[in-house]
Amino acid sequence: MAQDQRRQASQQRDDDPHIPDPLPEGTPAPGSAAAQTSDLDSLLDEIDDVLEVNAEEFVQGFVQKGGQ
Amino acid sequence: METRIIGVETEYGVHTVHPTKRPLAPDEVARYMFKPVVAWGNSSNVFIPNGSRLYLDVGSHPEYATAETTRLEELLASDAAGDSIMHMLVTQAQQAMAQDGFDGDIYLYRNNADSLGNSYGSHENYMIERTTQYRRLTQALLPFLVTRQLIAGNGVVIKDPAALPLADQFPSRAEPHFAFSQRADYMHEAISSSSTRARPMINTRDEPHSDSTKYRRLHVIVGDSNMSETTQLLRFGATDLLLRLIESGKPLPNLQLAHPVRAIRQTSHDLTGNTPLDLADGRTMTALEIQEFYLAQAQDFLARQGPHHDYLDQIMDLWSRTLQAIARQDFSSIDTEIDWAIKHKFMTAYATKNNLDWDAARLVQLDMSYHDIHPQRGLFNLLEARGAAARVLTDAQVQAAHDNPPATTRALLRHRFIETARAMGMEYSMDWMHMKLNYYPMHTLYVRNPFETDISVVDELFAKVASASD
Repeated sequence: MAQDQRRQASQQRDDDPHIPDPLPEGTPAPGSAAAQTSDLDSLLDEIDDVLEVNAEEFVQGFVQKGGQ
Repeated sequence: METRIIGVETEYGVHTVHPTKRPLAPDEVARYMFKPVVAWGNSSNVFIPNGSRLYLDVGSHPEYATAETTRLEELLASDAAGDSIMHMLVTQAQQAMAQDGFDGDIYLYRNNADSLGNSYGSHENYMIERTTQYRRLTQALLPFLVTRQLIAGNGVVIKDPAALPLADQFPSRAEPHFAFSQRADYMHEAISSSSTRARPMINTRDEPHSDSTKYRRLHVIVGDSNMSETTQLLRFGATDLLLRLIESGKPLPNLQLAHPVRAIRQTSHDLTGNTPLDLADGRTMTALEIQEFYLAQAQDFLARQGPHHDYLDQIMDLWSRTLQAIARQDFSSIDTEIDWAIKHKFMTAYATKNNLDWDAARLVQLDMSYHDIHPQRGLFNLLEARGAAARVLTDAQVQAAHDNPPATTRALLRHRFIETARAMGMEYSMDWMHMKLNYYPMHTLYVRNPFETDISVVDELFAKVASASD
């Protein structure tokens, strides 16, 4: 589960377990609206590294009752 | 009721993803998840030391039922501990599968439907007094439950409205959109005894797990599986308040809906809350008006009776602000506290940034991700870690609920029994009311009172069998 492989996931699938990027450390003081906004802005970018690349396939693959 | 037992059962969706190979089916993954449970308790249906029940349900859903609780913070903490226990099981299953040569990532969702429209849920249990007329209570509560999604919906991306269940009978907006509730479109009946085939909003199953001459169970299965602690506080708190209001005997004006199954869909698919819903008496009211009515009734009730717990100011404030936000169509005052608004805020920002519409598979994927319980991968958890979702509990409270029972119910005895029996290496079996040492069936403990907190009866049992075996 090497962390340096994580970035690849958004570009290209690999055989290793897909683990997202850790959150950045030293985030701004909670409660500050500006800090929250920039935090959210950065998450809008970073979430793409967390999500599997092929959205359609990912969504269709979630079938709770198998074989139906 | 002065003090009410409340519990919630959560079914989780299992999804395994592999980049190249066909991944293991959900039932196989669920079996991997429950291997450590079976090793611990000889069964995939066990009570655990925090007093809750952990099991594999029909359709291979991992499921967690909180212990009996009487305080909202106990309920929320026990429920949150369930997520953390499930995540532990996922992590272990991931490792065990890898050892057996099955790669792939397991996602566990606290949501309400898969991609084919199989629905599962978040089932609430409220203890009510047998003397309250059940039919009167459920009829009075139903319009509240149908419209409760305004204050407690998860929000959901509706990519293909025509594919929704019963879409031919109850067509919603034709274009892809964002709706209030994940569960609403899977409701087939208002009140009935069925649970999986024709899903009702209130299931009439009457298993009080207590003195059935005094109490019965109200089993509400219409709710979305919320992620937000503040949303859950409002959902359980407002529902309990409505029950108190009905139990007080004060006659409520009749808001009976002509078509609850249609109304719950109409409500979900209109974020303005303004669609007129047909009442049985021929009038119409909008979902927003119905919720405003119940809010005003609850405010009156509290003004008369006074508060019965410490969260009521917070609950009433959030309830009122949520309805105002919908009325003004400005969700910014609730977008860290109410699931649908938290989700809507992030999704619309993401959609704008990436130039996507509600028909984008990427947004459906983000919707799934919001409910992924992985602490460092799930969207809700990422938002919460960045302060974009408000909390009710502290991490310490959730951590404590992992191993410890609520302090105000029978779960204390269950905890004591499990810990003692295991420490002594004695085989046992139990259900919500019974605790039995398998080799001493004559000494079975039967605890009918869910409010019982005196653990000395458990200690006495073990003392008795110790002297019996001398």
